[in-house]
Amino acid sequence: MAAPALRRTPLYEEHRALGARLVDFAGWEMPVRYVGIKAEHEAVRNEVGLFDVSHMGEVVFRGPEAEEAVQRLVTRDVSRLAVGQAGYAAVCYEDGGTVDDVLVYRRAGDFLIVVNASNREKDIEHFRSHTGDLDVDIIDESDGWGLLALQGPRAAELLQALTQTDLSGIRYYRFVEGELGISPVVLSRTGYTGEDGFEIFARPEDAPAIWRRLIEAGAVPVGLGARDTLRLEAGMCLYGNELDAETTPLEAGIGFAVHLDKEQEFVGQEALLEEKEEGLRKRLVGFKVEGRGIARHDYPVTVGGEPVGLVTSGTQSPTLDEAIGLALVAPEVEDRFEVVIRDRPVPSRAVPLPFYKREKR
Amino acid sequence: MNVPEELSYTKTHEWVKREGEIATVGITDHAQDELGDVVFIELPEEGASFDAGDSFGTIESVKAVSDLYTPVGGEVVEVNGTLNDNPERVNEDPYGGGWMIRLRTSEEGNLLSAEEYQKVLEEESD
Repeated sequence: MAAPALRRTPLYEEHRALGARLVDFAGWEMPVRYVGIKAEHEAVRNEVGLFDVSHMGEVVFRGPEAEEAVQRLVTRDVSRLAVGQAGYAAVCYEDGGTVDDVLVYRRAGDFLIVVNASNREKDIEHFRSHTGDLDVDIIDESDGWGLLALQGPRAAELLQALTQTDLSGIRYYRFVEGELGISPVVLSRTGYTGEDGFEIFARPEDAPAIWRRLIEAGAVPVGLGARDTLRLEAGMCLYGNELDAETTPLEAGIGFAVHLDKEQEFVGQEALLEEKEEGLRKRLVGFKVEGRGIARHDYPVTVGGEPVGLVTSGTQSPTLDEAIGLALVAPEVEDRFEVVIRDRPVPSRAVPLPFYKREKR
Repeated sequence: MNVPEELSYTKTHEWVKREGEIATVGITDHAQDELGDVVFIELPEEGASFDAGDSFGTIESVKAVSDLYTPVGGEVVEVNGTLNDNPERVNEDPYGGGWMIRLRTSEEGNLLSAEEYQKVLEEESD
């Protein structure tokens, strides 16, 4: 029996026309690169790049108990979000392990939660199974949205020339309804690169024209390869690497998105409170390889030959020109350890995150 | 894809330049294009010995780690050390400055001509 065909976003033909190298990502046929990962990475750091992230999922919570439902499912206290504000959060199992990391948007009449493409079905199943007693509709709107991410120091300048919406009024992690030419869009000042930028929610049928306008205006098409090197430099987690069912958000270093004092109880809260009390079982560290070699996902971490953890993500950083990585290690591990690269222990040292921070303007 | 006439090739996308006893080995233009930006290379020491088909090192792009295979057996007499600090040479000049190792060998090897390698590339792209 043949494997099921890969899914395609509304921008598939644009990627093909640009000669993108396409790969299977979470069952979607996505561009990993167009001209080259390093060049695309540098375009985002220095100018402006454009990503197709339409494969991500959008789930709406609507109804009299929508807020209660969201509060029960996410670690962040969303009562603190204003209308037009987004917040990063984890979704946890009862034992504190992570179901997904998400962005929660408080809209005027409901909530929108953006989830990872790889977790879409799992998340919705989890959402519904924990809110059966509440008066809320949980609607999978994923197929009704195209999503583009415009990122880089020139993103605001480029986008402002194409819209009447005043972008200077949109602060970080805020979003507004606006337009791009004749297309209605939601503009969200969020991103996964460590640069300034906007995520643009559009109707799927409008997405190709919007993509082309942004490219014509000078945005560089950027694939998933550079998306990964950019987010890693910015110290951001990737579900499946730093976060999974066996890793709590506290262990993965995203405790800032976890409000343990949230009055309304959320799934996993008790387990996380317990872990905070008793001490983390493991913790995420950022590191640089000091010897020769590049650390990669699943390479062992040792101290004096004894295994103390695993690399969760690693690469040669295009911006820093150094081998960087994230690892989950035993809590007592200090600054210096080895990463085992093809049977060779290579000295490495822990460094504070993020590896890269954009200049404040 | 650039496939110089005067070189010999393998199905695993290495090229060989034969000058008497010495065989120079690298990866082809197609291989470097597939890999993307090369960020790291691990090459053997001089004096190391390999049989035809052995892995003699590793090449890493941003996203992937791949083995390098020697088309002929022999002893390593020279290694391109410039690739340590400038691995991008493999992308920029795969048949020239991107050469990897030189072996002393008495083997002919089971190699493809430029024309035969072109056919391999055509078949792969189907």
